[in-house]
Amino acid sequence: MSIHKQKTFRVLAVVLLAMGVTLSVAQADDDDRDERYGGRYGEKYGEKHSGKYGGENRGKPVQPAQTNAKFQRECSDCHIAYAPGLLPAESWRKVMAGLDKHFGSDASLDAQDNKEITAFLVNNASNRWSASTAPLRISETAWFKRKHDDHEISPAVWKNPLVKSPANCAACHPRAERGDFNEHDIRIPK
Amino acid sequence: MFRVFYASGLALMAIVGLAAQPAFAETPNEILASIQKEASGTAGSQGFSAARGESFFKAKHGGEWSCASCHTDNPAAPGKHAKTGKAIEPLAPSANAERFASPKKVEKWFKRNCNDVLSRVCTPQEKGDVLAYLLAVKK
Ligand code: HEC
Ligand code: HEC
Ligand code: HEC
Repeated sequence: MSIHKQKTFRVLAVVLLAMGVTLSVAQADDDDRDERYGGRYGEKYGEKHSGKYGGENRGKPVQPAQTNAKFQRECSDCHIAYAPGLLPAESWRKVMAGLDKHFGSDASLDAQDNKEITAFLVNNASNRWSASTAPLRISETAWFKRKHDDHEISPAVWKNPLVKSPANCAACHPRAERGDFNEHDIRIPK
Repeated sequence: MFRVFYASGLALMAIVGLAAQPAFAETPNEILASIQKEASGTAGSQGFSAARGESFFKAKHGGEWSCASCHTDNPAAPGKHAKTGKAIEPLAPSANAERFASPKKVEKWFKRNCNDVLSRVCTPQEKGDVLAYLLAVKK
């Protein structure tokens, strides 16, 4: 290795290290804040659970490294394919057992496809959900309500026809399809 | 020796290539023919009519939606899901070569969408009329 190359290497290593440090700081920040609000939120709902949002917490990561082609194809025709970590395993079992009456629409699958997709969702469901609840909607979970309360989003925003529904994640999170909800690239439609 | 390997390698590739094709790729006309077969077994079946298919497609059938609610009055144009707003590619084969190419996909969506619009499955006659209409729509 030439001296010049070695130098570039060292600079690169330092930059990467620094990035790693900032990244972990950012995550710690996210978690600390969650914790703080979580306590308050839990109390408000009169729950004695430990854990953020009274135990109704999204998983980490929300999108597994390895996705499933059948899930991607079959669950993205009417809306984005919601990342499995957004709901607990029991919620996914319920959603998948009721596809013929799916939020006012028939979304039924044949038994084989249903089985494969259910397994993928259940295996990658939220790993930080400790409550015994299992809501059918992501938008009904405590973590979601806290992150999208009146303090964060003015009620008028939900009435905007470009938003339509809290289920329309991609209206505000441009990379929602990939399970990326980073708060730094949220765009609220005007 | 090398040549044997080469030949069997090619054969293997050909087989893999075949298997990678969607199992039942078909044309809209082949799908129409199989709906025809289904229809001829039912009482009172008549030939398919694009005009009947068009009125069926654009009318409500007791519920909130018609087929056109999501696929629009012009099936050669892109549509939009009436509830979620998600974009839907054109339904007419003249505008979208991927339509009516997989019997499994066609059956799945006829079942779902007929349930949403009519609260029951569609008869073979209704499906044939709709497909005759969609095939007649020019881009
Ligand atoms: C035929 C259309 C269709 C298909 C296919 C479909 N869905 Fe849905 N889904 C809907 C509709 C409509 C809603 C309600 C949207 C709203 O309230 O704005 C919905 C909502 C949802 C919600 C709740 C969102 C929220 O937090 O409010 C989940 C979870 C969901 N779908 C999961 C799935 C999964 C998993 C699949 C694949 C097996 C799937 N969907 C396939 C139509 C569909
Ligand atoms: C009307 C716009 C809007 C819609 C629709 C919306 N969100 Fe959000 N979301 C926001 C805003 C604004 C925040 C930032 C809240 C904050 O700063 O704590 C947020 C925060 C989040 C966070 C936390 C991000 C972080 O880094 O802490 C997640 C996860 C999330 N949303 C997921 C979803 C999902 C899943 C959906 C759909 C089921 C959805 N959102 C729909 C606006 C929206
Ligand atoms: C609530 C919205 C909605 C309604 C109403 C609706 N569809 Fe659909 N339809 C869809 C969606 C979403 C797809 C799948 C998305 C895609 O393939 O682009 C689809 C796909 C189809 C397909 C699949 C074609 C193929 O080979 O790809 C057929 C056939 C179809 N619809 C027929 C109908 C008929 C007939 C009606 C009326 C009885 C109807 N649809 C009503 C939303 C709707």
